[in-house]
Amino acid sequence: MTTRLPDAHGHFDRFGGRFVPEALFAALDQLEKEFRSAQADPAFLEELHSLQTDYAGRPSPLTEVKRFSAYCGNATVLLKREDLNHTGSHKINNVLGQALLTRRMGKTRVIAETGAGQHGVATATAAALFGLDCTVYMGEVDTQRQSLNVARMQMLGAKVVAVAAGSRTLKDALNEALRDWVASVDNTHYLIGTVAGPHPFPEIVREFQRVISTETKAQMLDRYGRLPDAVLACVGGGSNAMGMFADFIDDESVQLLGFEAGGDGIETGRHAATIGEGQIGVLHGMRTYVLQDEDGQTKDSHSISAGLDYPGVGPEHAWLAATGRATYDSVTDTEAMEALKILTQTEGILPAIESAHALAGAMKVGRRIAETDPDARPVLVVCLSGRGDKDVDTAIRWFGLDGSVDATAGA
Amino acid sequence: MTFDADRLGRSGTAFASAQSEGRAALVGYLPLGYPDVPTSVEAIVALTQGTDGVGCDVVEIGIPYSDPVMDGLAIQRAGTAALQRGVHTRDVFGAVAAVAATGTPALVMTYWNLIEHYGVRAFARDFTAAGGAGLITPDLPPDEADEWMSVSDEYRLDRVFLVAPSSTDERLAMTVAACRGWVYATAVMGVTGARTETSDAAPTLVRRVRALGTGLPVGVGLGVSSGDQAASVGAVADGVIVGSALVSTLLAAEAAGTPRDLTALRALVGDLAAGVRRAERS
Repeated sequence: MTTRLPDAHGHFDRFGGRFVPEALFAALDQLEKEFRSAQADPAFLEELHSLQTDYAGRPSPLTEVKRFSAYCGNATVLLKREDLNHTGSHKINNVLGQALLTRRMGKTRVIAETGAGQHGVATATAAALFGLDCTVYMGEVDTQRQSLNVARMQMLGAKVVAVAAGSRTLKDALNEALRDWVASVDNTHYLIGTVAGPHPFPEIVREFQRVISTETKAQMLDRYGRLPDAVLACVGGGSNAMGMFADFIDDESVQLLGFEAGGDGIETGRHAATIGEGQIGVLHGMRTYVLQDEDGQTKDSHSISAGLDYPGVGPEHAWLAATGRATYDSVTDTEAMEALKILTQTEGILPAIESAHALAGAMKVGRRIAETDPDARPVLVVCLSGRGDKDVDTAIRWFGLDGSVDATAGA
Repeated sequence: MTFDADRLGRSGTAFASAQSEGRAALVGYLPLGYPDVPTSVEAIVALTQGTDGVGCDVVEIGIPYSDPVMDGLAIQRAGTAALQRGVHTRDVFGAVAAVAATGTPALVMTYWNLIEHYGVRAFARDFTAAGGAGLITPDLPPDEADEWMSVSDEYRLDRVFLVAPSSTDERLAMTVAACRGWVYATAVMGVTGARTETSDAAPTLVRRVRALGTGLPVGVGLGVSSGDQAASVGAVADGVIVGSALVSTLLAAEAAGTPRDLTALRALVGDLAAGVRRAERS
């Protein structure tokens, strides 16, 4: 695999491209040009590196989780701790890069879509840091299930717009952000949070998230003197997964495993398993797998995790799936919440529900390997893309916690 | 401005006929399926008639889509309602046939995934059988249109691509070269929707397209909602495109409890048709 994709037109073979109104082409061209010049500019790379180190807290640790590994067959599980980044997820990696690009382009305003609110919080954070005006679009359903993050964004000075159209989730937030951008493109950068949308966004976001796999590889070689057998990540749009996969794509011994949201179960039709169950189509400016009905209308996706609740997927994932280089499976709400509970109680790490899908994937994969090859001792690296503080409300409902104490003392 | 007859197709020929009357063509858009499929077909046919039998020269039929990222609230609302009420892509052929029966060229304007999902060739076949003239593809730029270019050649269908004020000279030339019929100039940077003031970018954009000397008419869209605005746009462009304002008459009719009442729609069509007929042509 030496091919460098996307090609000059933004295609990953048949996937990707630019299916957008003509009005946006000039901005996409400007962005691509600025990105290429920035990537070749040592001063830009140095400033980004310094922000990652001194502001975001990189490199993030690689934590071996022995007690959790006991639930994963004979596997040794390591977590790439993106949850420990400033703002609590991998989203900051991309946001800092694109915020620098925004300043480079002389634009003064950023807009973003957000599902769980992680990307919105990260964008609002960078906007505060760089003194940019910021508007975040969020599906109305998500503003309700992630109200803590709405407040965080507002405290950071961002304007949060609830989108009441369509399924009122992440895809509709993306629609509204695109509508804003067509009208505001002169002074506004659309700071897309995932490896989706029209070219060059999938490439730009991958490159700003690549640091996840670059660090992981170095940490593995340094500490264990070897590469992992597999790297695992959850996939909604797919940004943490592309970050985790990017530097391992050419290492054929490393399996790339993505886990989509299986929601209530694939058989119920209520899920967000786009690669598993979708068909090739065009959505949000890219050709990729899309959950769609008999007419090509986008179907509503379902997941307990707002960040994975998206009926499309980044085009490079579609390509990696079609070529077989990466393998994608799905994890149900129940499996993800079980994994969330196990990690919390065995390791003292409360993961985001999104990331819990990858943890559940590790449990499945580890157990399957133990069944088929009892002598194998695989090393699995899971991208722990975010922390679960934002999900405590959901956990309270899911686990039936009522917030009452276990006992009262001193009375 | 002399048009190139070889590139006009059926919809561009309607622009040329209007030009021979010394005026701009009127192009009207309505979505299929709102307030319901039969009424929408009636409304789409009414675009060709107005109140007194004078109406649009070209009709654009929209197929509602779940993710209409280029549309403002009026078209979003009508489209969402149409989808909830069960409109399907295949319903468009009946509407196309009804318009074709009036002699007015019928174009379909929709988001590309619906065409791609139906099958580009299959759609072209069924659309041609219904008497359709061509497609307007707002989210399919020529860069991504290889299949559509060859299929539209095979079926001799018009293909109308969009240009914008932000288009570079290079993209403008490439896009216009790919068009057959006419060129759709989106003169406002923004989603569809009626605006009280139409864009001052329109004359510049029209001039830039004409300067390419390709002999294609230029229609200007986004924002027109009255006969007076149609007159002012018609003074500079070869065609005046109206969508959201027409849709709004149907939304208002439903809100008033008379969803099948097309009186206001017909009156607006008549006003717009009169507008393009009184424009002071440059």
